[in-house]
Amino acid sequence: MSVIKLKQTVLAVIAVSLFLASGTALADYALNLTEGVTPTSHEVYELHMVILYIVTAIGVVVFGVMGWSIFHHRKSKGAVAHQFHHSTMTEIIWTTVPILILVGIAVPATKTLILMEETGDAEMTIKVTGYQWKWKYDYLDEGISFFSALHQDSNEARQMDSGIDPNTIENYLLEVDKPLVLPVETKIRILTTAADVIHAWWVPDLGWKRDAIPGFINDNWTYIEEPGVYRGQCAELCGKDHGYMPIVLNAVSKEEYAAWVEEQKAEQIEAASGSDREWSMDELMERGKAVYAANCASCHLAEGQGVEGIFPALNGSAMVNGPVSEHVNIVLNGKNMMPVFKAQLNDVDIAAAVTYERNSWDNSTGDVIQPSVVKIAR
Amino acid sequence: MSYAAVHEDDHHDHKPTGIGRWLFSTNHKDIGTMYLVFALIMFFVGGAMAMVIRAELFQPGLQYVDPQFFNSMTTVHALVMIFGALMPAGVGLANWMIPMMIGAPDMAMPRMNNMSFWILPFAFALLLSTFFMQGGAPAGGWTMYPPLVLQLGDGFPFLIFAIHFLGLSSIMGAINIIATVFNMRAPHMGFMKLPLFVWTWIITAFLLIAAMPVFAGAVTMLLTDKYFGTAFFDAAGGGDPVMFQHLFWFFGHPEVYILVLPSFGVISQIIPTFSRKPLFGYVSMVYATASIAFLSFFVWAHHMFTVGMPLAGELFFMYATMAIAVPTGVKIFNWMATMWKGSMTFETPMLFAIGFLIMFSIGGFTGLMMGITPVDFQYHDTYFIVAHFHYIIVPGIIFGLMGGIYYWLPKWSGHMYDEKLGKLHFWLSTISVNVLFFPMHFLGLAGMPRRIPDYSVQFTDWNQIVSIGGFVFGLSQLIFVWVVIKCVRGGEKATDQVWEGAHGLEFTLPSPPPFHSFTTPPEVTEETAHS
Repeated sequence: MSVIKLKQTVLAVIAVSLFLASGTALADYALNLTEGVTPTSHEVYELHMVILYIVTAIGVVVFGVMGWSIFHHRKSKGAVAHQFHHSTMTEIIWTTVPILILVGIAVPATKTLILMEETGDAEMTIKVTGYQWKWKYDYLDEGISFFSALHQDSNEARQMDSGIDPNTIENYLLEVDKPLVLPVETKIRILTTAADVIHAWWVPDLGWKRDAIPGFINDNWTYIEEPGVYRGQCAELCGKDHGYMPIVLNAVSKEEYAAWVEEQKAEQIEAASGSDREWSMDELMERGKAVYAANCASCHLAEGQGVEGIFPALNGSAMVNGPVSEHVNIVLNGKNMMPVFKAQLNDVDIAAAVTYERNSWDNSTGDVIQPSVVKIAR
Repeated sequence: MSYAAVHEDDHHDHKPTGIGRWLFSTNHKDIGTMYLVFALIMFFVGGAMAMVIRAELFQPGLQYVDPQFFNSMTTVHALVMIFGALMPAGVGLANWMIPMMIGAPDMAMPRMNNMSFWILPFAFALLLSTFFMQGGAPAGGWTMYPPLVLQLGDGFPFLIFAIHFLGLSSIMGAINIIATVFNMRAPHMGFMKLPLFVWTWIITAFLLIAAMPVFAGAVTMLLTDKYFGTAFFDAAGGGDPVMFQHLFWFFGHPEVYILVLPSFGVISQIIPTFSRKPLFGYVSMVYATASIAFLSFFVWAHHMFTVGMPLAGELFFMYATMAIAVPTGVKIFNWMATMWKGSMTFETPMLFAIGFLIMFSIGGFTGLMMGITPVDFQYHDTYFIVAHFHYIIVPGIIFGLMGGIYYWLPKWSGHMYDEKLGKLHFWLSTISVNVLFFPMHFLGLAGMPRRIPDYSVQFTDWNQIVSIGGFVFGLSQLIFVWVVIKCVRGGEKATDQVWEGAHGLEFTLPSPPPFHSFTTPPEVTEETAHS
């Protein structure tokens, strides 16, 4: 077979596989950056488009000249090589023209950047804290605080061999159990930080992302123009479940926001109770099962079998069947890849998870760990 | 004076035989060959990891590997490709070509040359052994940002020591190249007469010496943070996790040019040969390369625009990054002007050079886009940057290196390679590499973060196309291996000049060249200078 024929065959194979791969969802291709819903995101979008047009134009000119040369200055067309090898004037031109183009880009870019860094005059402040692998939102003016993690439906479907088709899950991997709620038409200061490793908080519709760094607080601002649900993800590799800590932002009217705040305050008071009473085995086991599924199962797996060589098995583990204090200590303070849970879970949750681990699968220590034990261990 | 007196054993071109020829080699050609073979093996090891990544990302949901192992794949893929494939391939070309291009018998420090190669297999044995350890292989990204990297288990010290060894090997290689070029040029081979490939390698060598120790220092600080209770990068102990990123990228950005400059050099050799015309703007090419290298030490923080720097810092690094576009543009324009009004033919090396020019420019354009700080707040850590740096690395750096191998292989082996297969390799690679990397721009702009093992279903179509491109590209590289093996074993006899338009001292030697390249220093004429 000649090279040309072979080339054609290969091209045909590629074309067919591309067509098959694209399937029926041709209409749904997202190709470009979102324009977003904030003044800064619009500016960023426009800047992006301007530079895209500029580099495309440069590309057309440069590749055009190159193509013309490749077509005309070939030996097979009888071209004879000229022997010139420098021209100071040409060098000056193709150094100066790019400089002018770059200055032209730098001016609007500088303006946009200055605008994006002006975090003053905010009407409210939200603190975002990254955890392995969920987000915590603190409404500093209202005293509201909660965690936001991957929604249960996505969490079940994303397990290996789950047998659940991701296409059947609404907003697969982009849905959370409890979204961040923010008012529209309000200048909001958003502080980002982290409790364990570096994360990055990114909602494309706001027009920026910012790293969340343990021990540091970064400040940013936004002003959302339209109500709606805006989705994003963690953008800095933060360990095993980096791909599974989405962000959902529910932007509502100022009135709806005020009502939501009142509701949250009431719920917050209710949730805080319970840490100083005695819990029964059944209560702890029931709560522990839920806590385990949400926090522990992604590494140690649903049946506590772990992953050989990376995540230790809890089922039949010497540590889980050993002294209670060591078990509680490792959950509170972490070790290597094991996160520090004392900042994420309250005493009841930790007591429940430890009780559950010590009395599930083949483990049957019979231990009932009370929240008060955890409180002392902290 | 004849160099032959020093090498009495070898002056009739008799080589040591058996395994000892390779283990104890002090010969620049044999060591060059070992570097290139090692790089090719690592190219397939790293490539296999890329295939795992693309298989897992072929559809949403988890099919083959758990997320921790997926992260190990992306991390070790990068480390193997950068330190195992690209850098050794560049050093391999340098070893083979620099003595032949400057008219020397061998490298200045042949025993150190042996050592800097033989460190590599041990370093990679350390790195790859972590796959079998408690806690698994490194999975915190090749950038090794703390605190995440400190969560690694028993593999952690192996990662750090592997990097120390790689740094040692690189620095020894760099010193050797500098010593060779500064001391062993043929009479009348002045610096401004050196072939561009030699120039780009001197500059690369200085970059290595400046950047590698910073990297070694930074990873040593990680080691003491983990095992000796220091808190360089731990805010709770008064340290700063972002400081690591500054140190890392102070190495990391020059590293980009360490990888790409040798390819620039190769392209500057190939294009004049197949255009049958001298390189346009030789002096400006040298200065542009030096400016790029110098500027590369002032742009590191554009890798970390989202860490929250003060406005003045963000502006400085944005302007400095934009400035690099100027000398890079000069180089592209000079290559185009070399082609202009030439008499071009399109053998495989020239095809790879033209592929390099076009696709490296595409990577340059997206690089400029990402240098604009406010827009980078959107692009950062998405598939857009994955597309950008893969355009620079694969159809840029790797095409440059492969073009160089096609260009000099007949010189090395004495046989012409199979031109039909070479062209097939080029076209398959070019088509598939674009199917592989171009749609990643769309994925990134549409909001897909990098380094995730699973994605939301709206990203499925492009990911499937990307994966198909990846598999085809991976398989196409087997053609390259076959071309090389076939050429080494036999084929049409290559002339001394090999290519009609080739000049330069290496083409005055027979094909294959004698074991010790120039035992008496050659005449440097107008014909052989600059090329």
